[in-house]
Formats: sequence, structure tokens, C-alpha cells
Amino acid sequence: MTTEAATIGLTHGGSEDTGLGHRGPESKSIVVPYGFWLFVLSDMILFSALFATYATLVNATDGGPTTNQLFDRNLVAIETMALLLSSFTCGLAMIAAKRKNMLWTQGWLIVTGLLGAVFLFIELYEFATMIGEGAGPQRSAFLSAFFTLVGCHGAHVTAGLLWIGTMMAQIWAKGFREHIIRRLLCLSVFWHALDIIWVAIFTIVYLIGTLP
Amino acid sequence: MTDNEDNLLDVAPGIPHSNIVSETGAYVIGLALAVILTGVSFWVASTSTLWGPGVAVGLVVLAIAQMGVHLVFFLHITSGPDNTNNVLALAFGVLIVFLVMIGTIWIMSHMDANMAPDPVMMNLQMQH
Repeated sequence: MTTEAATIGLTHGGSEDTGLGHRGPESKSIVVPYGFWLFVLSDMILFSALFATYATLVNATDGGPTTNQLFDRNLVAIETMALLLSSFTCGLAMIAAKRKNMLWTQGWLIVTGLLGAVFLFIELYEFATMIGEGAGPQRSAFLSAFFTLVGCHGAHVTAGLLWIGTMMAQIWAKGFREHIIRRLLCLSVFWHALDIIWVAIFTIVYLIGTLP
Repeated sequence: MTDNEDNLLDVAPGIPHSNIVSETGAYVIGLALAVILTGVSFWVASTSTLWGPGVAVGLVVLAIAQMGVHLVFFLHITSGPDNTNNVLALAFGVLIVFLVMIGTIWIMSHMDANMAPDPVMMNLQMQH
């Protein structure tokens, strides 16, 4: 070990130094979720651009409905609780999956998916009501920005729901193999990240938008 | 894999390393803190006892606090040496997010203030 370290230390970037340390590259169970973590962070940067657009256009209502007239805090409170609880149950599913417990893993995953579906259903109801009142995305720059930001989050939740269903089928068919656990871990990182973005949405869009 | 081995290796985001009671406990604490922060946010937004102009700032602070709770208790981002890569990536992400958001809002509000109001907009403002 010491001779090996000394050799690498002396080569200064020579052919023997891989730049990966003495242990070599990390295992796939570290590298894959780390890469996915980078994707999630870049996704948050995408959302930051949408938030910046929304903040810029929030007062550009073109004489149409404003934030105070459109948003219903009670609906938002239910949405927030549904998504927060689904984040919690997603964590419980991961704890069960780590112990290779089929029943609890599938159970918590389906609860996670159902809570996500409740969130999505309320969001679609809100969108449908707004469009029905003539407050669709084409009404004003503010509403375009609103539907882009909140709709993009909703699209992520939809993708997450499909992913949860896929993972339930994969766990059922293939069991708790290493690569299945890895995918499940990426799913949980994705799902928790969606809840973090929702915290920003309910604060900036809904709560600050409905201040008296 | 033993706990000892766990401590030596790097950890991917989302992986806690301990027994089932403390793992579940961490999620319960995280959920409780998140519910409290959400509740306070909704209360702050609807009460009239607080100083009006400070409410929006307070809400943003509460939101950032809740994001921190999610990162620590749900995504298990820690300050430990096994988490250095995750934290560095997160720090870079947060830097870009703040640059994009604060930079845009700052520049666009100045452009808005410097823009000469056109007659149509003036009329709209008169009507209010």
C-alpha cells in the first residue's frame, strides 16, 4: 500500500495516475444516483428560469384577472399536504425496499402514487376552472407565465407517477435486484425534489400572490 | 454491508445509513418540521398582526428553511465527508439558481422603472 501510494505520488500525473484515487472509480450504486442528483439540480436551474419569468410578468395582467382574484388558498393547502405526505411515504417505501420487504415497499409506493394523483387531480381541477372563467394561458403574459411554471411542475409529477407505476411493476417482476434498487433510489430523489420545487411554488405564486 | 463499511464509502443522495428506527424517525422529524413550517407560512400569509411589508420576506425565509428540512431529512444531504460531492454539486446549483432569479428580477425591475410609459398603459393605470 505504501509503495503503491509512493509510486503514484511520484509520477505526478504520469501514466499510472488515473486521477481516480487509490480505490479506482466508485461503484455504480454511487455513480448512478450521483449523476441523477446532478440532473435534478439542473432541473432546479430550469425551474429557476421559469420562476424568474413569472416574477417578471406577474403584474402584466393586461387588464385581466390578477393573482388575488384567481387563487384559492384552501385548495393549495390540500395540494401541499398531499405532496408532502407523498414525499414522506416515498421515504418509507425506500426504507422497506432497503430491507427487501415486498409488501411494505409496494404498499408505500402505491400510497405515494395515490397522494401524487390527488395533487395532480386538484391541480387539473384548478386549471380547468381558470380556463373555464376565461383565465387561460392566452389571456395575459402573467397567465402564460403561471401556466408554464405550475404546468411544468405538474408535468414532472405526471412523469413521476408513471415512473412509480413502472418501478412497482419492475420490483414485482424482478425483485430487489441491485439495479432495481438503484432506479428506485433515483425515483425517490426525483420525487423529493418535486416537493422542494412545490415549496417554492406555493410560497412565491400562491401565498405571496394572495397577500391582502 | 456493515455500518463501518458504510462510513468508509461515499454515499449517494437519498441513502441514509443506520437502523430502521432512526431511519423512520428521521422521516417523521422531517415531516413534522415541514408541516410546522408550512402551517406557519399559511398563518403568516393570512394574519394581519404582522408588519405588512415584511410578510413576503418572511414567507421566502420560511420556504428556504423548509427546503433545508427536505434536503436534510428526506434527501439525507449532510456535512459529513462522505457527502462532499453531493454538497458541492448542490452549492453550485444553488449559486446558479440565485444568479438567475435575483439577476433577472433585479435587471427587469430596473428596465421596467426606466421605461417611458406609453399612452395606452397610462390610460389603463388611470382606470384603476
